Amino acid sequence: MANRYRNSLVEPAPVRWLLIGVTLLFLGVFLLLPLVIVFVQALSHGVEAFFAAFTDSDTKAAIRLTLLTAAIAVPLNTVFGVAAAWAIAKFEFRGKSLLSALIDLPFSVSPVIAGMLFVLLFGAHGWFGAWLSAHDIKIVFALPGIVLATLFVTFPFVARELIPLMQAQGTEEEQAALTLGASGWRMFWHVTIPNIRWGLLYGVLLCNARAMGEFGAVSVLSGHIRGLTNTMPLQIELLYNDPGAYSAAFAVAALLALLGFVTLALKNFLEWRHGDELAALRGK
Amino acid sequence: MDISIRNLGKNYGNVTALRDIRLDIASGELIALLGASGSGKTTLLRAIAGLESIDDGSIHFGDIDATRLSVQERRVGFVFQHYALFKHMNVLDNVTFGLRVRKRATRPRPAEIRRRGQELLDLVQLKGLEERFPTQLSGGQRQRVALARALAIEPRVLLLDEPFGALDAKVRKELRAWLRQLHDEIGYTTIFVTHDESEAHELADRVVTMADGRIAEAGAVN
Repeated sequence: MANRYRNSLVEPAPVRWLLIGVTLLFLGVFLLLPLVIVFVQALSHGVEAFFAAFTDSDTKAAIRLTLLTAAIAVPLNTVFGVAAAWAIAKFEFRGKSLLSALIDLPFSVSPVIAGMLFVLLFGAHGWFGAWLSAHDIKIVFALPGIVLATLFVTFPFVARELIPLMQAQGTEEEQAALTLGASGWRMFWHVTIPNIRWGLLYGVLLCNARAMGEFGAVSVLSGHIRGLTNTMPLQIELLYNDPGAYSAAFAVAALLALLGFVTLALKNFLEWRHGDELAALRGK
Repeated sequence: MDISIRNLGKNYGNVTALRDIRLDIASGELIALLGASGSGKTTLLRAIAGLESIDDGSIHFGDIDATRLSVQERRVGFVFQHYALFKHMNVLDNVTFGLRVRKRATRPRPAEIRRRGQELLDLVQLKGLEERFPTQLSGGQRQRVALARALAIEPRVLLLDEPFGALDAKVRKELRAWLRQLHDEIGYTTIFVTHDESEAHELADRVVTMADGRIAEAGAVN
């Protein structure tokens, strides 16, 4: 008798399978397939050719530059992101909504435009161009420019991850910490940060993935000087457009994809290890 | 420690939250701040704690002028309506937090901190729950942990903001009786805020009624 009454909150089985099927198909074609093809093409001339791609000095320089850029941009944006999220979530002040909007700006602006912005500011004919050449400081077509472009496009990741989290958590725990005698700094380290650590980690990983993979903005600012100002994504484009280095391009692309996978796997591993804590932090 | 408040005023923009508050509390007294929402009772409590700034007047703890002191310097024990326990720390770490964040010079040794923590948990009848996390506790237990945490710093005054407001009726009654007993035992000067008249009269030595940011009635001793 009870079987006559279907749980009306759950879609009937055929609909469920259709939805799941469409999602899997979409993910499969647009995410999985391209990645698989990258690895297949990378190994199409054999494993030796794959490793040979990384002996090229320009490629090695590109890998180093990508890692260096990420190593500078990610920590900086983590600090900025935490500071911005802290200001927005815990305080009321004039210009708060403006700051919120500014944080989202890099997402709404095309990366190429972002790159051009910096050229306009710091290029030879830019606003600060004369001052910079007078002091012999190179920004455009050099590392500082690449780092700036990367900072701009990856800025929102940490802040956007933290703002809703911190807003939901409110300020009572911080207030309690203050009444118990904790200085502002101790309160921040012992109460605020531990409560946001998973959101922070996720934001940092996203920021890192984007920092390593950014193309458009860096492309405008780097000048594409081989062995000097080519990051991995730029180097991949270079190799791809060179008919003789076709599979090398895929080899480097595979490495970039692998770096992405590693960060993803790390995140999942940490979540698995600390699942209980996670659940406790999410619960009230 | 007795508390004296003189001419206390606070504004939020052009809204007056507190006006000309004058209050004396004797050392060891347990008083209730009773009033409806918007009467200013929580604002007054938070102003005493230093969690809100004031625009006029003064607050004294005994001989000490606390008006210019920071929250940390006032050494008040504050218990929030929604406990405000540190979610990522276990019960013992919560209770001993106030001792662990002290500057090196005044910080007790770890073994001593642990001992004091366990002593307090004993006092609030939560012995054995040191390793539990706040999400694993009932509301009543959480509030008792919050109280133990506030007591750990040996506060000049204990301030409770609608401490039983988030609990169900049965637990509320139990904790009321328990709090009264605890106060008789340890005797800290205590102020608690409530909108429940029977609770105020049942618990407090004296009930101070507030309305519209003012003290309506300073209350006679119960």
